[in-house]
Amino acid sequence: MQKPMTDDQLQIKTMSNQDIDKQEFNITVYTENQIGLLNRIAIIFTRRKINIDSLNTSPSEVESIHRFNIVITETEDVVRKLCRQIEKQVEVLKVYYHTNEDVIWQELALYKVSTDVIAEKVSVERLLRENGARVVTLRKDYTVFETTGHREETDNLISILQPYGLIEFVRSARVAIIKDSDGFNAKIREFERLEPGEDVIENEFLNKGNQVFTM
Amino acid sequence: METQTITAQEIAEIKEKSVESSIEVSGSVALLEALIVEGVDTIFGYPGGAIMPIYDALYDYHDKLEHILVRHEQGGIHAGQGYARTSGKVGVVFATSGPGATNLVTGLADAQIDSTPLVCITGQVFAHLLGTDAFQETDVINITTPVTKWNYQVTDANEIPEVIAKAFYIAKSGRPGPVLIDITKNAQIQKFQFKGYTPCDHIRSYRPKPIVRQQYVQQAAELINQAKKPFILWGQGVILGSAEQEFKAFVEKSGIPAAWTILGAGAIPTDHPLNVGMLGMHGNYGPNVLTNECDVLIAIGMRFDDRVTGRLDKYAKQAKVIHLDIDPAEIDKNVKSTVPVWGDCKETLPLLTQLIEEKKHTEWLHKFNDYTRQEVELVINDELNPTSGEMTMGEVIKQLNEITKGEAIIVTDVGQHQMVACRYAKFNNTRSNVTSGGLGTMGFALPAAIGAKYGAKDKTIVAIIGDGGFQMTLQELGTIMQSKVDVKIIILNNRFLGMVRQWQELFNERRYSFVDIQSPDFVAVAAAYGIAGKAISDRDDLPGTLQEMLDHKGSFLLEVFVTKENNVFPMVPQGCSVAEIRLK
Repeated sequence: MQKPMTDDQLQIKTMSNQDIDKQEFNITVYTENQIGLLNRIAIIFTRRKINIDSLNTSPSEVESIHRFNIVITETEDVVRKLCRQIEKQVEVLKVYYHTNEDVIWQELALYKVSTDVIAEKVSVERLLRENGARVVTLRKDYTVFETTGHREETDNLISILQPYGLIEFVRSARVAIIKDSDGFNAKIREFERLEPGEDVIENEFLNKGNQVFTM
Repeated sequence: METQTITAQEIAEIKEKSVESSIEVSGSVALLEALIVEGVDTIFGYPGGAIMPIYDALYDYHDKLEHILVRHEQGGIHAGQGYARTSGKVGVVFATSGPGATNLVTGLADAQIDSTPLVCITGQVFAHLLGTDAFQETDVINITTPVTKWNYQVTDANEIPEVIAKAFYIAKSGRPGPVLIDITKNAQIQKFQFKGYTPCDHIRSYRPKPIVRQQYVQQAAELINQAKKPFILWGQGVILGSAEQEFKAFVEKSGIPAAWTILGAGAIPTDHPLNVGMLGMHGNYGPNVLTNECDVLIAIGMRFDDRVTGRLDKYAKQAKVIHLDIDPAEIDKNVKSTVPVWGDCKETLPLLTQLIEEKKHTEWLHKFNDYTRQEVELVINDELNPTSGEMTMGEVIKQLNEITKGEAIIVTDVGQHQMVACRYAKFNNTRSNVTSGGLGTMGFALPAAIGAKYGAKDKTIVAIIGDGGFQMTLQELGTIMQSKVDVKIIILNNRFLGMVRQWQELFNERRYSFVDIQSPDFVAVAAAYGIAGKAISDRDDLPGTLQEMLDHKGSFLLEVFVTKENNVFPMVPQGCSVAEIRLK
């Protein structure tokens, strides 16, 4: 007969059950290209004390429309409510959310290694080639490599290069393409054609302080 | 500086001539002309350095735009809210940069959570000084981003007409909300070619009103027609959508008992036979208990706030939920709906009414009446008709009802008196209950009453305030003094921060931590502001003094000393289900 669980055991079991429900979600947001939108979207996450694992924002195929790619680890229920609140914002066009299975994604990483190490240790060179690293820059004192792939591959390469003297490392945010995105490009272009976006008006006066008398 | 107002004639001329025709004006003048086209007639504001050019232009508009000088920007924005609540129009507030703008934040948060349409214009330092920690410079846009529906900073006068058009459209369309426009001083002064003002009716990324999906209306109607114990919950959405007539028709045809949230009060009159009472933590007995017995729950223009639902895992689990709301983010946010009817209730209600059968649920309605009888016997009678001891808050409200006959607009602050006033006040008309619901801002009532009067000049405004809340914004007595506006103020003084004291009594073993608050002689304070007033503590004086207050020409402050340690019941304690409502 099984012993009844103690309170601590029960609590740990319940907590891990909740964590099982959490998974990585890729949130895709199409927005106008206006100042302040990044903040409006970010605070919807910080408000609930949710950590953003990765955030990318860049112009879409149409210049006046921006595309955000946000990665968080949460339950689907929370993600659905988050997305509805993001879509509520006036300058947000549309929000989609997908699990990792429903997107194809890449992250870029750059590694700076001493050229001597590469020259001397043939094994390192072979290692890099096997991991699909490409040389971006080759200088007398350093070489910069680039990989594109998933987090695990990048992390793997870092741990391999570490003993050989990794000088600097940087990784980009995740960009993801939705598998089921038929007609997206056509819709965006049509949307822009029917009603062109407005220009962003930035602060043109920023550097003109000494030309203006103020009170 | 030359005076400059544009006549309507000149605007018409611009429109008639070719598209290229324009007139050179400053950004400030363009702003004021835009406000006039939008139908603004009242502005609540407080000047300052960064908004001086706008105020200078305003000097020439005194016959077209009425500006009320408040005593604190928070008073200004609450007044704007009161105005918006009673008139249904967009409230307009002016404030300067820095501290002026940050003083608006509480009011913006209140308007955001209670969906009140507001457009706030704040001055800002010169554009080239942004980010340099200049005098009275604050990052208003970032401070107010979480508490506004939309905000924008104008750094060039050319942007003004379009931005103001967007601001008004966003503030009042869909689910209304506050909008803040931050205009740098150079943009206010800068002269530009003004081509006339065109209101906005479309923003490509913004969909305020969805297209109604007929199949959901159909499903909802089927559920309603089959229901044996249906129950309607309604909220402010009915009032915001101006759908009171459509709602009344729906309720009367379906014969379904209907209960209200405090912001929805008055959409159908208090006395209507199908109006079964108030929802929520201090709502009526029947609506709370029977929520967990109904088979179809129809929620219209309400968002299932936690004060209404109590424990969500024990809320209406047995019922099929039909949720009518204009905001898609509210549907399924707190309560899972069986049939979501996403749309403007002014459109969806008639469609639904058409498909439902005319019915009477007499037996089911009698259940509500039974609970009401119990509640009257066990709770309400003692509150409204005490025979001895000090006055209760309830009896003051009852006496008030008898004189105003439900025609007055009641503005309440926050706390025990708010619950008592919302429960017992009689509302014959819509837009009669002005209170801070979602945010519960103490100090809301006095300035809001001022704004409410400007928004409904023909109505009697009675502000019911606690001794704590009154002291938070009592500087607005100065606004009353200067504007000579007529509001009736009743302070229900129990010498305590009542609601917190009640919780400390019920849940913290009467450990009254810092809730006994000392107040000044409020009548003397009012007198110092030239406002008539009286203080009473004897119930025999109540009817006569209330009548005197309402008959008085001009504002009147009535301080009523009520019993110190009275509790508001019924109550759904925190963490309990609505069925566990306590009667004592």
